[in-house]
Amino acid sequence: MKPMKRLLAATAVAALALPAAAQDMTVVSFGGAYGAAQRTHMIDPFMAATGVNILFEDYSGGIAEIKAQVEAGNILWDVVDIEVIDLERACSEGLLEVIPRDILPPGDDGTPALEDFYPEALASECGVGVIFWSTIFAYNQNVFPDGGPKTIAELFDTEAFPGPRALRRRPQVNMEWALIADGVPKDEVYAVLSTPEGQQRAFAKLDSIRDSVVWFDSWSQAPVLLNDGGAVIVQSANGRIFDAVVQEDRPFEMVFDGQLFDLDVWAIVRGTDKIDLAHEFIAFATGTVPLAGMQDVAYGPTRRSSNPLVDPAVVPFLPSSHIDIGLKADGVFWADFGETLGEQFNEWLLR
Amino acid sequence: MADAATTPTDMRPATPGPRATAATADVALTPAERRAARAELRRNRLMAFLLVTPLLVFLTFAFIAPIATMLFRSVHSPAVAELIPATLERLSEWDGQGLPDTATRTAFASDLRTLFAERRSGRLGEEINRVLPGASSTIQGTARRLNAEDPDAVAASGAEMLSALNPAWDQPDIWRALQRAGQVYTDRFFLTALDLERTPEGAIQARTSARIYIDLYTKTLRMALTITVLTILLGYPLAFFLAQQPSGRANMLIIFVLLPFWTSLLVRTTAWIALLQTNGVVNSTLMAVGIIGEPLTLLYTEFATVLAMTHILLPFMVLPLYAVMKGIDPSYMRAAMSMGARPIRAWWSVYLPASLPGLSAGAMLVFIISVGYYITPALVGGTDGQMISNLIAFHMQQSNNWGLAAALGSLLLALILVIYFAFDRFVGASNIKLG
Amino acid sequence: MKRDWPAYFTFWHKLGALSLSWFSFVVLFFLILPILIIVPLSFNVEPFFSFTEGMLRLDPAAYSLRWYREILANPNWILAIQNSFMIGIAATVIATVLGTLAAVGMTSRYMPFKNLIMAVMLAPMIVPLIIMAAGMFFFYTRYNIAGTYIGIIMAHAALGIPFVMISVMATLSGFDRALYHAGLSMGATPVRAFMDITVPLIRPGVISGALFAFVTSFDEVVIVIFLAGPGQRTIPRQMFAGLREQINPTILAVATLLIFVSVLFLISLELLRRRSERLRGITET
Repeated sequence: MKPMKRLLAATAVAALALPAAAQDMTVVSFGGAYGAAQRTHMIDPFMAATGVNILFEDYSGGIAEIKAQVEAGNILWDVVDIEVIDLERACSEGLLEVIPRDILPPGDDGTPALEDFYPEALASECGVGVIFWSTIFAYNQNVFPDGGPKTIAELFDTEAFPGPRALRRRPQVNMEWALIADGVPKDEVYAVLSTPEGQQRAFAKLDSIRDSVVWFDSWSQAPVLLNDGGAVIVQSANGRIFDAVVQEDRPFEMVFDGQLFDLDVWAIVRGTDKIDLAHEFIAFATGTVPLAGMQDVAYGPTRRSSNPLVDPAVVPFLPSSHIDIGLKADGVFWADFGETLGEQFNEWLLR
Repeated sequence: MADAATTPTDMRPATPGPRATAATADVALTPAERRAARAELRRNRLMAFLLVTPLLVFLTFAFIAPIATMLFRSVHSPAVAELIPATLERLSEWDGQGLPDTATRTAFASDLRTLFAERRSGRLGEEINRVLPGASSTIQGTARRLNAEDPDAVAASGAEMLSALNPAWDQPDIWRALQRAGQVYTDRFFLTALDLERTPEGAIQARTSARIYIDLYTKTLRMALTITVLTILLGYPLAFFLAQQPSGRANMLIIFVLLPFWTSLLVRTTAWIALLQTNGVVNSTLMAVGIIGEPLTLLYTEFATVLAMTHILLPFMVLPLYAVMKGIDPSYMRAAMSMGARPIRAWWSVYLPASLPGLSAGAMLVFIISVGYYITPALVGGTDGQMISNLIAFHMQQSNNWGLAAALGSLLLALILVIYFAFDRFVGASNIKLG
Repeated sequence: MKRDWPAYFTFWHKLGALSLSWFSFVVLFFLILPILIIVPLSFNVEPFFSFTEGMLRLDPAAYSLRWYREILANPNWILAIQNSFMIGIAATVIATVLGTLAAVGMTSRYMPFKNLIMAVMLAPMIVPLIIMAAGMFFFYTRYNIAGTYIGIIMAHAALGIPFVMISVMATLSGFDRALYHAGLSMGATPVRAFMDITVPLIRPGVISGALFAFVTSFDEVVIVIFLAGPGQRTIPRQMFAGLREQINPTILAVATLLIFVSVLFLISLELLRRRSERLRGITET
């Protein structure tokens, strides 16, 4: 009977071990330098303050994974960091919970939450703003010692600036940039992109650099590609390049021209059974001090009361300091066109 | 599969057990004894079957039911029928010519407004977009603006509102798409997976927009074939060499094959990433030696996928070959060669036929495994090196088009089974041994 | 190299034999080198996947345990390691118990529908993982066992079963049933005879089948990608995410540890094989 007994004992041990590994709440964000800043200023302090155990996961953005969970009724994530460019779509497709505003505490200076937050940060009922950031591009100064591309049009100029350029594999931002590079004024980009002709125009412009593009999936790959020579120019969230320049002293130059100005919000996946805990976390993580902590990666706070805590040295690197040369990401446009253009984009990639 | 089973099952004990003797020697038995023997036989059968039952029950839930569910999902799509049941009922009376009547369009406008308020219009747009590319933005944009209107006004003059909001609603295409997507049982996922589509009249034709899936199946088969041929070219001489070695040395050298075989797939894929990336070991070595001045693009290409998969699957070729070759008496080759046959000739007429079972088993394993491979192409293949499995994963995880993923998966499953039975029929799959 | 060539060997024979051995050694190096190269790289002090100048000079300062410490410091890796072992052990236990019982049933000459049932049981070996993963996602989500340990363990047990069955059935084929019947005729109950006579004799087959099943689960990543929630991440899943998103040498350190694990497996299998041969040698006399 010995082997049988041993097998049974092993089963029993395995069965007992299972609940021990259960997690209290899963929070999902973008990883890399940004994830590290969130862990330092939001996740770890929350765990220390409440004793709640958070499993902090990385994802590479987009709404597909959230959608798969909601449609299958298999909710694995509780709180997720979403880009506003994807937020309206996720919200209008019923993938997120509505977050009541009364859970948000006043700023540390006593300003009521609704006045303390910038209006954009609370524009969608499904999210509470975490950062102001932007999609920029950056190049490696070692590759272009005489100065690299300065504008979006030059980013698309493979003759003047040869070499692989890395873009995130999605239609968002790339189609806007293609039109800007093709000469469409910034304030008309989304109107042009709403027409089939405008979409064709954007794809045609992307076609012109197609052979030089390296596609990546996750923001954290951007500085890595620029560093290891996989690309000479990369599209990136501004904070990732800032981190590589400031923390690791890399010879990267950021270009804010045509930056696509955006926010990230905390949102709650619809159908989670930990909604109260999720509210508690979001209220904590969007307090004055945790939000100010996002300056570690040059992302602007979404509360006015956090501004005095931002180091003046970081201010020139905040997207808000370059807002006049940028374009605001239109979440409503992408809510309507995300599915259509997403499919066209994927077919274009496979072509 | 059946034949693979017979190798270990086909056991003939030297001395048959006493019960077996009783059951077979029925000539000299009385009717009572025969009845007893038959009862005994039944009991033995039941006993054997009961031993297998727990596993069968388990596999039914863990494995068979999931595969059946996938097959079912490739033809079953209730989503649209659940979203707009009333519109679909009205549309079923429409003949597909011109536009549906005003009442139908108005009813749909009300449905759409409600769906948007309930945050379900995105789901509808997603489903219709798969039948009529571009329809999602029409539906979402219209729904968003209808939501701003008074519900009574929509109920009264929804048809006109639709026309005013987007000219697409004045075309029959989108209504036909609604009708088609409303079918609960559908062949449309299989049509898409085969690069086909239906004309407005319902006839099947080759897809007019991008055709990607057939190309991808062809490419997958081509890559699997390349990998199989490469593993044969590398593996056959190696197995032959190992089989010629004295057993001590062969046992030592075979470790070079077994260690990769037992090492995690992720580890081996990681190794290739470390070797092939822009500043990786291969590029820096080549540049240090001075063969190249600029790093080569090796990683994220079809080349990387084929190279890494050849490395990963080579043990699956070498091990069955070696197992068979070890059993071939070397004196045959020697005899042929000592009688003056040239080595190639001797190998061709004597050794190759004897080693064929190992070769075919290895080739089948490598081919079948590579046709369904996912991880390595996903990690080192970039955009070029993707195989059909990667597209299935894409539709599962990124585009959330599960019906299409299921249809592509069903086709892949059918393909694998055809390959398997073809191999089994022509060369016999019973020779798979991994040492 | 001194060799005893057969008398009939011409110059071309010898050249052929020599090129064969050289070619074979090249192929053996192709097989082993990518794996061995990981080991020194995992001690790189720099966050790169290539050899630095310092490493080539064998400068001790160019080597460090930095990435190994990082594994220990990262709660996600620790969880993944725990999960991999737990899921692997649980799946192995299920696959071994069910597979061994079924193997005994299947080797009985009285077993009905043998070929059909065998085909079903071995099917998890040839059906591509991506298809199983998709099917399991559809089916398991319906019963709320996706994103739970139970789902992953069931899936991995199904994958391990064919290995257990093949291994145990191979051992049973060398096992003389007369011993079992001798036990019965001396008055042992079938259960007793099975436990006291059959089990010890097939034990090497059971253990090597169990090892195969464990390694299958330990390595498996496709099903984990599709079914597991964040709480069920395993080592290969964590590696996959790392390779896709942020490549850093921690993965090389994990890979090096996994290489040692596979060396251990290889050794235990070899020991089992020898033991099994010895046991069979006894039964065959």
